[in-house]
Amino acid sequence: MCLAVPGRVLDIEDRDGTRMATVDFGGVVKEVCLEYLPDLQVGEYAIVHVGFALQRLDEESARQTLELFAELGMLQEEFGDAWEMAAAEAGTDPLEEVHNQ
Amino acid sequence: MKYIDEFQDPELARRLLDDIHATVTRPWALMEVCGGQTHSIIRHGIDQLLPEQLELIHGPGCPVCVTPLEVIDKALEIASRPEVIFCSFGDMLRVPGTGRDLFQVRGEGGDVRVVYSPLDALRIAQQNPDREVVFFGIGFETTAPPNAMTVHQARKLGVRNFSMLVSHVRVPPAIEAIMSSPSCRVQGFLAAGHVCSVMGVEEYPELAERFRVPIVVTGFEPLDILEGVRRAVRQLERGEHTVDNAYARAVRPEGNPAARAMLEDVFEVTDRAWRGIGVIPGSGWRLSSKYRDHDAEHRFPVDGIRTEEPAECRSGEVLQGLLKPHECEAFGTLCTPRTPLGATMVSSEGACAAYYLYRRLDMPATKTREATPVV
Ligand code: SF4
Repeated sequence: MCLAVPGRVLDIEDRDGTRMATVDFGGVVKEVCLEYLPDLQVGEYAIVHVGFALQRLDEESARQTLELFAELGMLQEEFGDAWEMAAAEAGTDPLEEVHNQ
Repeated sequence: MKYIDEFQDPELARRLLDDIHATVTRPWALMEVCGGQTHSIIRHGIDQLLPEQLELIHGPGCPVCVTPLEVIDKALEIASRPEVIFCSFGDMLRVPGTGRDLFQVRGEGGDVRVVYSPLDALRIAQQNPDREVVFFGIGFETTAPPNAMTVHQARKLGVRNFSMLVSHVRVPPAIEAIMSSPSCRVQGFLAAGHVCSVMGVEEYPELAERFRVPIVVTGFEPLDILEGVRRAVRQLERGEHTVDNAYARAVRPEGNPAARAMLEDVFEVTDRAWRGIGVIPGSGWRLSSKYRDHDAEHRFPVDGIRTEEPAECRSGEVLQGLLKPHECEAFGTLCTPRTPLGATMVSSEGACAAYYLYRRLDMPATKTREATPVV
C-alpha cells in the first residue's frame, strides 16, 4: 500500500476547483490529483501514491523505476483487481505462482 | 550470490556490495523501517548478499499490519450495516479482525468496495446521496495527505454522507519507542523514503542525536537499499550518527510543504495503539474536531467493541524486530496467507508474508543468526 509509483503527466484540467491530471504509469492510465504539486506540467514525472502526486521525479529515474516495477509484477499488484487477488489468496496457494516463475 | 544478476544494474550492485563488505569490520544491526523495503530485501535476497556480521532487522513500517485489531473490528461492524458503502484499499480485505475479515463481510452481503484512491470513495458518496459512504483511512505519512485532502474536499463540497474511519500512524514516534525499549538491538535506521518525500527530514536529527544512531533516508528499490545500507554502515564504523539522505531524487529536506500544511489542518496528533505492540504516545493522527462531522467513529455506534487477538500470533515481536517470522511456531503451519492469524501474514508489506512468499522453501538456509550484541 505504501508503494508510490512514478508516472508521466499526459494532460491537466481543473475539476470542481481541483487540479487533476491524467497520468501514465507505464501503460496504465489513472486520474491523479495535483493539489500537492500544483506547478507540475504536462510531460513531467512525479511520484504518485493512491491518486495523488507527492513529489517531482526526473525522467531517467522515473523510467528505471517503472521498468523495474513492471518486471516484478508490482504494477499489477498496485493497479490490478484487489478482489481477484484476495480471492486467489484465500483459495489458492500464492506460492505456486511465485515459485513457478 | 545467486540473486545479483537480477539487479537492474548488476555492476553497480556489485560495487556497492564490495564497498559494504570492505567497510564492515564489526557486527552491526540496522533496522529498515518500511515494509516495502522489507519485501524488497527478502525478495531480492539482499540480506544474504550482505556481510555475515551485518543484520537487517525488519521494522514496524507496514500500515496494514499495525492497524489495531479494535479498529479493524470497527471497520467490520460499520461495513456490515445495510445503509453503508464501505470503501477501502485492497490490502485491507483479508486482514483478520476478531473472527472475520472484510472479504467475508462482503460475502455476507455487506457493500464493500475497493478503491484505488480515497477520492474514488468521495465520488461514490456524491453518486449515492442516500447511502452512507465510509472510507477506511489508514497508513503512514505517505498516505495521510491523500486522505486529508479527501476529507477536506468532502467538507468543502458539502458531501455530508461521506465519512472516514481514521487510523493513521507516524514513523518518528515509532523510532523513539523502538530505541527506548530495553531489548532494543538497533544501531542504525534506514528511514522510509516516501514518508520523507512528504514530511522531509526535519523530524530526524533530534532522534539521531538523542539515541546516537545514524538515520539514512532510503528508497525501496534494491539499489536504493544497498546505497542506504552502505551509508549507514560507513557512519557506524566511523562512530558517527547523523541524518543522511540517500534518496535525494525523491526527498527534499522540507518534504512537500503543501501536503504538510493540509495534514496540520485536517489531523491532530494522538496516542495510537499499534497492533501487537501497544500504545505509542503521539504516534497517530486522528481527524481534528473541525472535521468531526466526517469522522466515522462519531457517526456510528462502535464504542463497545471487544477484541481478541489469537494467542499464537507473535506479530508484535516480529514488528519490533525481536523475532524473525519463521521463528514463530505458527509460521507456515497454523498461519499461512490463506489462513492468516496476524495481519503481518496478509499485507503486501508484512514481514511474515514476505518470508512465506520468498523464503518458506529454503528456510533452513536462512536460520537467523545469534542476537547481535549492542556495542
Ligand atoms: S507467522 Fe502468523 S502467527 Fe506468526 S507472527 Fe506471523 S502472522 Fe502472527
